[in-house]
Amino acid sequence: MTDSTAGPQPGDNEPTGDLFSDLSAHASGAGDEPAETRHRVIGTPPPAEARSLLKTPPPGAPGGPPVPRQRELPADPDDPVSAKRAERVVVACFLIATLAGLGFIAAYLIFQVHSVTNVLHSNLALGSTMGLAFLALAVGAVIWVRRLMPTVELTELRKPLRSSPEDRAAFAETFEEGAEASQFTKRPMVRRALIAATVPVALAPIVLLRDLGPLPGTKLDHTVWRKGMRLLNYGANTPIRPADFSSPGGMITVVPDGFQDDFNALAKAAVIIIKFAPNVIEFSARPEPGKVVQNWTVDNIVAYSKICTHVGCPAALYEHTTHHILCPCHQSTFDAARGAQVIFGPATRALPQLPMTVDAQGYLVARHDFIEPVGPSFWERGPS
Amino acid sequence: MAIDKALAGTGSWLDERFHGAKGFRTFFRKIFPDHWTFMLGEIALYSFVILLLTGTFLALFFQPSMTEMVYHGSYVKLDGVHMSKAYASTLNISFDVRGGLLMRQIHHWAANLFVAAILVHMLRIFFTGAYRKPREVNWLIGIVLFTLALLEGLFGYSLPDDLLSGAGLRITQGVLQSIPVVGTYLSFFLFGGEYPGNDIIPRMYILHVLLIPGLFAALIGAHLFIMFHQKHTQMPGKGRTNKNVVGAPMYPYFMAKTGAFFLFVFAACALAATFAQINPIWIYGPYNPLAISAGSQPDFYMGFLEGSLRIMPAWQWVIFGHTFAFNVFIPALLPLGLIMTGAAFWPFIEQWITGDKREHHLNDRPRNAPARTAVGMAAVSFYGVLWLEGANDVIAQHFDIALYTVTEIARVAVFAVPILAYIITKRICLGLQRKDLHLLEHGVETGIIRQLPNGEFIEETRPLGEDEVAKLALPQPERLPLPVGVSGGEDDVPPPGMRGSIGRVRARLNRIVTETVPMNGHGANGHGNGHGPDGQGAVSSGDQAHAAIGSSGREAGGDSTGGDGSPTS
Repeated sequence: MTDSTAGPQPGDNEPTGDLFSDLSAHASGAGDEPAETRHRVIGTPPPAEARSLLKTPPPGAPGGPPVPRQRELPADPDDPVSAKRAERVVVACFLIATLAGLGFIAAYLIFQVHSVTNVLHSNLALGSTMGLAFLALAVGAVIWVRRLMPTVELTELRKPLRSSPEDRAAFAETFEEGAEASQFTKRPMVRRALIAATVPVALAPIVLLRDLGPLPGTKLDHTVWRKGMRLLNYGANTPIRPADFSSPGGMITVVPDGFQDDFNALAKAAVIIIKFAPNVIEFSARPEPGKVVQNWTVDNIVAYSKICTHVGCPAALYEHTTHHILCPCHQSTFDAARGAQVIFGPATRALPQLPMTVDAQGYLVARHDFIEPVGPSFWERGPS
Repeated sequence: MAIDKALAGTGSWLDERFHGAKGFRTFFRKIFPDHWTFMLGEIALYSFVILLLTGTFLALFFQPSMTEMVYHGSYVKLDGVHMSKAYASTLNISFDVRGGLLMRQIHHWAANLFVAAILVHMLRIFFTGAYRKPREVNWLIGIVLFTLALLEGLFGYSLPDDLLSGAGLRITQGVLQSIPVVGTYLSFFLFGGEYPGNDIIPRMYILHVLLIPGLFAALIGAHLFIMFHQKHTQMPGKGRTNKNVVGAPMYPYFMAKTGAFFLFVFAACALAATFAQINPIWIYGPYNPLAISAGSQPDFYMGFLEGSLRIMPAWQWVIFGHTFAFNVFIPALLPLGLIMTGAAFWPFIEQWITGDKREHHLNDRPRNAPARTAVGMAAVSFYGVLWLEGANDVIAQHFDIALYTVTEIARVAVFAVPILAYIITKRICLGLQRKDLHLLEHGVETGIIRQLPNGEFIEETRPLGEDEVAKLALPQPERLPLPVGVSGGEDDVPPPGMRGSIGRVRARLNRIVTETVPMNGHGANGHGNGHGPDGQGAVSSGDQAHAAIGSSGREAGGDSTGGDGSPTS
């Protein structure tokens, strides 16, 4: 291609279709042009023949039409016979999908819910039609790609990700120019003031989170158990007399009277009581929690916190032949006959024992709250 | 090639506004290399889409409220039972909304598939070395996505407020509370006071449906954009180099294939949800802090944390009146931290060890990076032991082993198995390399026995095809100049990066990481088919290679005796 600004020469008009080169050529070479182009309205393209004195150059030559692009993808499948078969399979798949889709709508209308059996049928009908519709579509599409579309393997070149040195230098310049123009580097007071401002502004959202919850205080140290509070058999919510235990062995869950429906209280205050045969319990000589059973029992009945000291699951399994209490979450095992000390598992502390006695009516009541925090360990828990 | 007029009109309309012709042409012609493992990330992506779709449906009916109510609904077995509105509305979705149970189950299956696919996808990336430069950032994004997926799963699993998920939530709270210094406060702030409080379900809900999915969308977008911009890696093969991408174009091939694949994933989730019940919360009952069912298991992706808690010995210190509950926060944070931080730092550690700062677009076959593969298998087996221990009660029951014995075995195995896995994997990789070497040098055994005129019997071998050679031959990781300077000679001056004790550690690690079976320069020639004695030669070449391994990679440059069958050691 010649440059149209390099100076006019007869026959140098380029069939580029570019408006400006056309115009400049037209203006400068006006005297040599055939008559009809002279009368042409400026800005409208000349007739094709008028724009070139030569015959149209061959494809690819300068000024000629572009080379017809080499096909990258074949237009026809590799194997027309197999493609014909595949076509039928694909159509069949899509038909199945259509039917399954219609079936899904029908199933939605036909199958009602509101009972376990109905839901079972509805789920089967809706799910299988939906699954089938997607599956048939997917299978059809895959066969389409693999059998109808011609196989191709093209290669694309990678350019190194690192930019050219010129580009990098240009960027560095641009960046420096910007930094200088912004005065950010030159005016340290502005910079420091900005940095100083971001600190409180960034802190503000964190401060806002403060009211997500109350401070712990000593809340974890206490439960709702108080002196004289009756132990209720959980579920039936009835008070318990020692005589209600016909024989040793069982474990029952008890809750404090007045809190039987309060999960927030029960999450700490849940208690298990176990009746032992005589002379099984090992009593403590001195009140050291977690080592041996305190003399807070009534008629060989012991009460322990039900909340595992590991991470707080209910320690709900009891094996009465071995007197082991097992937490099903992580298998911390406690010996109920010996102060619920840990025998195995990740728990570090015994289940706290609830001090118990009987009231005037002969019902089991608490003597006072647990003397140590129940449940999982926490930072402020301390040595108790 | 006539494009439909309406389409051309639309195209023109768009082009005049977005200048898209060139960009979209490039996009349409973008080449996607093919390998079955490249679908694993797609599974994760499509399960995410399914989760969004089904999750939106569920959110139309779910009530994230812990307000107590008495149930009088279609599920008569729970008639009159106190429960939270969250649980009741989940019952309602299951029993009173047509397609509700299906959507719930698809959502749950897709969630499990999502995490599983991310896991396997990450393993693929790791074992093929696809995280190497320039893809470190995408690897890190992937790790963040994986962590978020665990959190998102935990929150979603807890939302129905059923007995099983409530146990999980209780454990989460116990773990949170055990964190030194800030644990109690974190717990009180998250739960709005003491456990369980009345706030946790609505709070988890907004995190589950808005915040974390928003982060997901942004990070997945970045993940895909980077992948797209850097172009996908490819497995070694004929015509594939570090400087090209060989495969099928985006349009129409990849579009059609990936569209079909989305439908496959959706179909799999839908059929699983139809025929395999998942999370039947009506059987578990509403949450109650006093109750628990034996054999409580979390969803599979939480299993390793559960196992980690179970395996931990009962260690707790009280120092200056403060409780360090090592028995809880160490198992809760350490394994996850170890795996995640280890994974995050690995690309940079490997770069430091090998000194390799080049771009890598051609993946390694795992056998060709024995140390990396072995490290990966050690991590997998560490995770695996913890995961199995998370089901120790189930194992004890099914295999009739005492429960405590299972835990005690696991306590040893969690350290021993990864070490064994490392050693065994490395040996297997080197063995596989030797097999490849043998194939390259002697071709494929055809099973045809021929008798030579002198009466000798030989087995005919067929040389490998061009394609097979391309797959096998290339991938010896190029040994770097790094360890050359520290080959042990007293007069060698080590390069700057290799001096001092850190330099020696680096050199030693380099020898371990770059250890491979030495490849012959002339191995593929000269040992054609049909040489009887060469059968013998092959065996001794194996021994030779073995000896070379023992003495590490430092003589790799000089050692070319590997396949000659003339043992020198």
